[in-house]
Amino acid sequence: MPASVSDELTRMTLAEARDALRAKRISSRELTGAFVSAIEAGRPLNAFITEAGEQALHMAAASDHRIARGEAGELEGLPLAIKDLFCTRGTRTTAASKILGDFVPPYESTVTQNLWDAGAVMLGKTNLDEFAMGSSNETSFFGPVINPWRANDSNASLVPGGSSGGSAAAVAADLCLAATGTDTGGSIRQPAAVTGRVGLKPTYGRCSRFGIVAFASSLDQAGPMTKTVRDAAIMLKTMASVDPRDSTSVDLPVPDYEKLMEGPIKGLRVGIPKEYRIDGAPAEIDTLWTKGAEWLKAQGAEIVEISLPHTKYALPTYYIVAPAEASSNLARYDGVRFGHRAAGPRDITDLYERSRGEGFGAEVQRRVLIGTYVLSAGYYDAYYARAQKLRTLIARDFASAFEKCDVLLTPSTPGPAFAVGAKTADPLEMYLQDVFTVTVNLAGLPGISVPAGLTANGLPLGLQLIGKAFDEGTLLRAARAVEDAAEFAHSPAKWWSA
Amino acid sequence: MNTSVGNKTIKGETGAWEIVIGMEVHAQVLSQSKLFSGASTRFGADPNSQVSFIDAGFPGMLPVINEKCVEQAVRTGLGLKARINLTSVFDRKNYFYPDLPQGYQISQYKNPIVGEGEVLIDLKNGETIKVGIERLHLEQDAGKSLHDQSPDNSYVDLNRSGIALMEIVTKPHMRSSEEAAAFLKKLRAIVRYLGTCDGNMDEGSMRADVNVSVCREGGYDEFRRTGSFKTLGTRCEIKNVNSMRFIAQAVEYEARRQVDLIEGGGTVIQETRLFDARAGETRSMRSKEEAHDYRYFPDPDLLPLELDPAWVEEIRKSLPELPDEKKARLMNLGLSAYDASVLVGERETADYFEAMLAAGAEAKAAANWLNNEYFGRLNKTGLSIADGPVSAKANADIIAMVAEGLISGKIAKDVLDIEWNERTGDPRNAIVEARGLKQVTDTGAIDAAIEAVIAANPDKVEEVKAKPKLAAWFVGQVMRQTGGKANPAAVNAALKVRLNLPDEG
Repeated sequence: MPASVSDELTRMTLAEARDALRAKRISSRELTGAFVSAIEAGRPLNAFITEAGEQALHMAAASDHRIARGEAGELEGLPLAIKDLFCTRGTRTTAASKILGDFVPPYESTVTQNLWDAGAVMLGKTNLDEFAMGSSNETSFFGPVINPWRANDSNASLVPGGSSGGSAAAVAADLCLAATGTDTGGSIRQPAAVTGRVGLKPTYGRCSRFGIVAFASSLDQAGPMTKTVRDAAIMLKTMASVDPRDSTSVDLPVPDYEKLMEGPIKGLRVGIPKEYRIDGAPAEIDTLWTKGAEWLKAQGAEIVEISLPHTKYALPTYYIVAPAEASSNLARYDGVRFGHRAAGPRDITDLYERSRGEGFGAEVQRRVLIGTYVLSAGYYDAYYARAQKLRTLIARDFASAFEKCDVLLTPSTPGPAFAVGAKTADPLEMYLQDVFTVTVNLAGLPGISVPAGLTANGLPLGLQLIGKAFDEGTLLRAARAVEDAAEFAHSPAKWWSA
Repeated sequence: MNTSVGNKTIKGETGAWEIVIGMEVHAQVLSQSKLFSGASTRFGADPNSQVSFIDAGFPGMLPVINEKCVEQAVRTGLGLKARINLTSVFDRKNYFYPDLPQGYQISQYKNPIVGEGEVLIDLKNGETIKVGIERLHLEQDAGKSLHDQSPDNSYVDLNRSGIALMEIVTKPHMRSSEEAAAFLKKLRAIVRYLGTCDGNMDEGSMRADVNVSVCREGGYDEFRRTGSFKTLGTRCEIKNVNSMRFIAQAVEYEARRQVDLIEGGGTVIQETRLFDARAGETRSMRSKEEAHDYRYFPDPDLLPLELDPAWVEEIRKSLPELPDEKKARLMNLGLSAYDASVLVGERETADYFEAMLAAGAEAKAAANWLNNEYFGRLNKTGLSIADGPVSAKANADIIAMVAEGLISGKIAKDVLDIEWNERTGDPRNAIVEARGLKQVTDTGAIDAAIEAVIAANPDKVEEVKAKPKLAAWFVGQVMRQTGGKANPAAVNAALKVRLNLPDEG
């Protein structure tokens, strides 16, 4: 197939491809084949840990059969990329860590099972920060992901954000129609923002966590990373479910988000939290934020100044709660039953220490140590217990704000994509990447990042919308309004396949 | 310096010391599947054949609470007359061990499902004491490390991993090895009545850790009066005490060790000690300083456990009659406290006794019959009441026949022996009627026998007139003449008339 035809296929949105398949204008095999080639060509980006081209073509063929027989599912024949944190039956699942080694799960995560049940095709498993711990995809055992975007004044390699950096890069570089991500403190929204694409973190409990390698159980939530808001709505409808295998899954029906997304926003009250104006943020961020508010106002929304007074405690709270849970969640990686085991251990303690020392990267070890510390006797009350109290206060902030408005509008990130290696020396600077996103996880709310503009040197920036719990419908409608007004039609130049 | 088993105090060089005991009992919940997974709990399966990915701590696996286990914990709490906490929380207890696949045990720390309760125990001297229950919580069991399969490797069997346990913690209300053993026995009876634990100590489905301390005489009373632990000594926790007999041994050994240590100028340190059944001693496992920092925190994979009060009430209404209530009821039927205690001690025994009553047996006669005849035969052959060859109905029939005067007590024992061997299930027809063992109350037959004895012993007739006490000899002769089938009372009455004896004779 000539490159131009192939490009035409891979540039489609999920909705366009769905409609083309339904109309039988294209076949899933054609479409999938185009992505398999694009993924091969895109290897310099290091977006995938495991490519599953052959399997994808088989799935596509099966989809074509179902389409022909009139048995197509909602996502029939649509090729997707899966963050390598979702367990996939028979396909290696690494969490981008050496410690999982060549672990091949004998089970499927609920979210991915929902996708396959709807007919979707799996292209492969995308790169991420190790155990989803990072904001730049530089902590992966499988090497950093390179952002498809470059500044127009430099050829320097930039990070795609993290932890869902591989999924973000794959969507931005047209290596898949859409991808799954997980978001514990911003891991969907931040990479979506710095790669110029849409990333939606649903309400905690909306998507099942069953079969997703756990980072911080009370914060982790799966969500879609897509080219458009409509695509996010389509993906969420299938990803979300009520799952008896996840006790924190919430028993509410899954609505038709694509339908809810439609319609005007006239009368919608949009809150602008004053605490999100931070010192030292680039002026471009502030300008874009103001512009976003004007776009919504122009479409009939009412702009409301609101306050989230405990915002400044969100990052410290997050960096107690998340590592605490992680230190316990990661205890199972001990070299005893699966994954990496140190050679020739002297005794069981030596086996634990060396297996974990060799298997975990530096950032994971740092967080396990922090988490162990904040839970230990004598420090629990000072750290973990206080963080839980703050978490309640942060959630209460949002609850009061939502008495005055329906959605909140904030920047997604404090800045655009940065150079590979620029922030690896200073973990605190890296943690600041999540300053606008962690609050949403702590409160369990849905949040979405929508591409809204470019910096002066041509790098994408996003705006974040935050919704009420389980009100993804309104959130998507507001996001669509931002998307419409922003008219963000930019894509990175395909330097990697040149 | 002897310490006899069961004393509340032990003598030291410097005076008397009091023993104070508390217990932590792990009782395995009777349920088809594990606390947070659907894997089977059957005992004795091949290693690692009953393990779900959840039990093995695989990535992405999540626990989901088994409602049956919650119900069993509530049922047990109600049986212990304890407060049921309508909100409780599952916490993670973090530590590394190869038989703990998740790297943490899901347990309940600050907010257990069951709060304070009590257990009454009967002592040999007839005294009844009350042992306070501090709490009951649900937790997962760990797997089992196997070190004897290979010289170079250890293996792990995860069949037990994730099975639901109830940890039942008492207050330090026991004062002697006898009380400790009696408590465990009573607790075991209660959970078996409730059907919440099979109480099988050999299979490890009930395991006890015993906390022992010693204090100066009066210290315990002071503790009970003030509630302050200051007047009690430092306790040691003894693990691995897996039979009633070992409990007594472990307590005696440990109390003596502590007294000797203190009197020798030493200090008891709070530590965990292991009971070595073979050596009959306790040995230090780890001190408080070496104790793990378990880093408890609420398990974020599980929501707080909320119970519907109506559901708890339903369980309360479905509770069976428990040993104490049953004992009181049996005593109302005329049984002695001792007999009633023996009968209610095991649920199967009580059920058997009740089945006899249902078959028409009179309570006191049934209790005597079981205690004097049937239990002895069972003990001799090592059979449990459930495995014994004589049905409750058959035993009830035998004592009914005695009460009706149909057979004598002596014949009744013979009938029991026959029934034991032949299991007819119907001693009245199959044995007594068929073999002519029926007692003779037919006065004609008795009179004929009396006449025969008189005719054969004219000298004795003269003697008995002088010495009415000799009448017993005549009774014996008549009984022999009738092959033991004559009703002794009828024989007596007839002899009195025939020989013209005074009533006192």
